[in-house]
Amino acid sequence: MLTITRDLYDRIVAHARADHPDEACGVVAGPVGGGRPERFIPMLNAARSPTFYEFDSADLLKLYREMDDRDEEPVIVYHSHTATEAYPSRTDISYANEPGAHYVLVSTADTDGTGPFQFRSFRIVDGEVTEEEVRVVEAY
Amino acid sequence: MAIEVRIPTILRTYTDGAKAVEGSGATIDELFKDLEVRHSGIRERLVDDNGELRRFVNVYLNDEDVRFLGGIGTELGDGDSVTILPAVAGGMV
Repeated sequence: MLTITRDLYDRIVAHARADHPDEACGVVAGPVGGGRPERFIPMLNAARSPTFYEFDSADLLKLYREMDDRDEEPVIVYHSHTATEAYPSRTDISYANEPGAHYVLVSTADTDGTGPFQFRSFRIVDGEVTEEEVRVVEAY
Repeated sequence: MAIEVRIPTILRTYTDGAKAVEGSGATIDELFKDLEVRHSGIRERLVDDNGELRRFVNVYLNDEDVRFLGGIGTELGDGDSVTILPAVAGGMV
């Protein structure tokens, strides 16, 4: 299960909305081993594409160095799908390299008629996708 | 010639959990061959069948992505630090 504050949830959705029709991406870092997302870090989509995202390589190095210095890890890795549902694609699965992270997908496409946003969370380990419950709280 | 190599979480299964290991070589290519001697299997994760760096693995010499230097042939010097980071990438296709 992913437990996330309302504030972080809203910031992820706002980033996805702002970058639409391109895919938005980023990380929410937290203390190593704690499993609690705390620090919101929106990233630039170097691919600037509606169908693909990739962190800029220099930004990626800076991000990981900074997390290392602060004893943090990527608790959430998020990105948006702009025309399809919020479910990991084959591409997402093949490049998922953080088995400890919650992979959050936000869809900015109104695919199911229930509203413009889907916010879903998954574990992706060794190519296996497992959806998990998302619990939104006011504070930890 | 000692080079520090920083290993990402996903590849620490090859280094007994170590975040950084030491290696040697005059180029990135030689360094990865040297790592393979002690950390069997790691090279295949970094280099494709044609001997080039895998597209979605980023390798940095100190602060610079080696793609903007000499790729897998990038020359190394004593005391250099190499960082390996898998790309964070994906998409709807």
